[in-house]
Amino acid sequence: MQSELFGKKLKNPIILASGILGMTRPTLETVCENGCGAVIAKSLTIEPRKGHGGPNIVETESGILNAMGYPNPGIEEGLAEFGGWKREEALILSIVGKDANEFAELAKRIEEKKDQLGATAIEAVISCPHTPGYGTMIGQGTPESVSEITKAIKENTSYPVIIKLSPSVPGEVKAALAAQDAGADAINMGNSLGPGMKIDIHRKKPILGFGMGGLSGPPIKPIAIRCVYDIYGAVKIPIIGTGGINSGVDAIEMMMAGAKWVSVGTAVYYRGQKVFADIEREIKVWMDLNGYSKLEEIIGVAHEQI
Amino acid sequence: MNRFELLNPIYTNKVIKVIKENYRVTTVEIDHKLDALPGQFLMVWIPGVGEKPMSIGNNNPLTISVANVGPVSEKIWELKEGEVISYRGPFGNPFSIPKDAKKILCVGGGYGVVPMYFLSKAAKENNIQSTVIIGGRSEKDIVWEKQLFSVCEKVFVTTDDGSKGAKGNVMIELEPIAREYDAIYACGPERMMKAVAELCKKNEVHCQVSAERYMKCGVGVCGSCAIDGKLTCVDGPIFSGAEILKLGEFGKKKREASGRSVDL
Repeated sequence: MQSELFGKKLKNPIILASGILGMTRPTLETVCENGCGAVIAKSLTIEPRKGHGGPNIVETESGILNAMGYPNPGIEEGLAEFGGWKREEALILSIVGKDANEFAELAKRIEEKKDQLGATAIEAVISCPHTPGYGTMIGQGTPESVSEITKAIKENTSYPVIIKLSPSVPGEVKAALAAQDAGADAINMGNSLGPGMKIDIHRKKPILGFGMGGLSGPPIKPIAIRCVYDIYGAVKIPIIGTGGINSGVDAIEMMMAGAKWVSVGTAVYYRGQKVFADIEREIKVWMDLNGYSKLEEIIGVAHEQI
Repeated sequence: MNRFELLNPIYTNKVIKVIKENYRVTTVEIDHKLDALPGQFLMVWIPGVGEKPMSIGNNNPLTISVANVGPVSEKIWELKEGEVISYRGPFGNPFSIPKDAKKILCVGGGYGVVPMYFLSKAAKENNIQSTVIIGGRSEKDIVWEKQLFSVCEKVFVTTDDGSKGAKGNVMIELEPIAREYDAIYACGPERMMKAVAELCKKNEVHCQVSAERYMKCGVGVCGSCAIDGKLTCVDGPIFSGAEILKLGEFGKKKREASGRSVDL
């Protein structure tokens, strides 16, 4: 079951997805105690953000829609919140910027505090589907944009850099190649899909405070699987598979598509925080039953020619 | 079972009764018998305005009682009989009464007394006597006193200015009698609840308090309502006194919408 992330040993390949439960250092620690191998903190922007007005999430008949709007205390307070990490589980810091300059600034601010943070990597999110000024709403995710942002971050940090791509932008393979060519150390393939909308027919209005939001949960898994499958065939850097992982067999499927790690978020809604330990156990049971002893034997096997 | 059934649908139902409790607290009775337990809460949605957690004052009819303190509660204040209200829930852990309990004591600060009606009603239905202490700044801040009389053994009132009941805070009435009860419950200002939890610890009385935090998702996903490593929405809002006293932020710090930690 053992995995590793840029030289740090992980007890399993299960990573808490950014934006879930990661608002505070103590909540991240609780998630670690509940069994994940690594955590990705709440995404940080340069200035503090309150996020969108509520409702921030709404359940649909197929997954949940969310529009949080990047609430976060800003890079300075955020690093004070998450820094000083000493646990065996890896901490990945997440950053979001409006453009390459902001990403460069965020990377620099993290680099300045490097010796106090205890983090293992930086994840740059360029794929949020529901926040004006960020992500897919301003066209981040094209190969050109990915390349520019990745370079800007790499020039300002010695941390391994993970680029988080959107499943909603066509051409994931080109974007992933652009990230790799610009020096990215890994791809996180997946984010919520959309944006989508749910209208309350009694009140005759969109429910989310922002009107629309990203779709997550089991319904987006097939798209995430396909994206990871396509990227695995094209890039050499490792992949975090994100989207709809709700069980151990989902994680196995994602790893067969090519993910070295799986990130888990919305499953917390369906199965509670025990989901991390549950998924680990479910992966182990499946591996035992099917005669596998190492994750490496599973990763990418769906690509093997018979 | 329908595979596409929602875990937490949004309900929209008619307001059957509105009671203006005082200059800022309004009680809204809803045409819905909700399968809820004392201590649980609803996420009330006002289209175009927002969504906020509200504790449940009664399950049949479903009742909330809200102080007009922000944009969402202002719209609830303005609700009239016959209009509709939308909400999801119930969410969170309920209060629990120890098996062998015969007498319980509920402490409510201001409109924090609202869930104590629901708890006292449940106690009465199980032949457990409930006593309530209501505390407020002034006489005009004491709400739900009449409703509480219908389900309680005794109702004490304290006010900071002495305009009704004993002058001072709830501890004046609580301290001398705390040991006589099998369990003590508190809902209201955080420092009050902390004092109650500490008193119960000293006297070795079972204690539960109802925590409140800035909340967004209500279902244990976003992490906004954290108190230390616990989430108010799913690990609470009801915490045991022993548990809450271990949380360093309780009674001292809270999180803003951005997640920034500020003094309470």
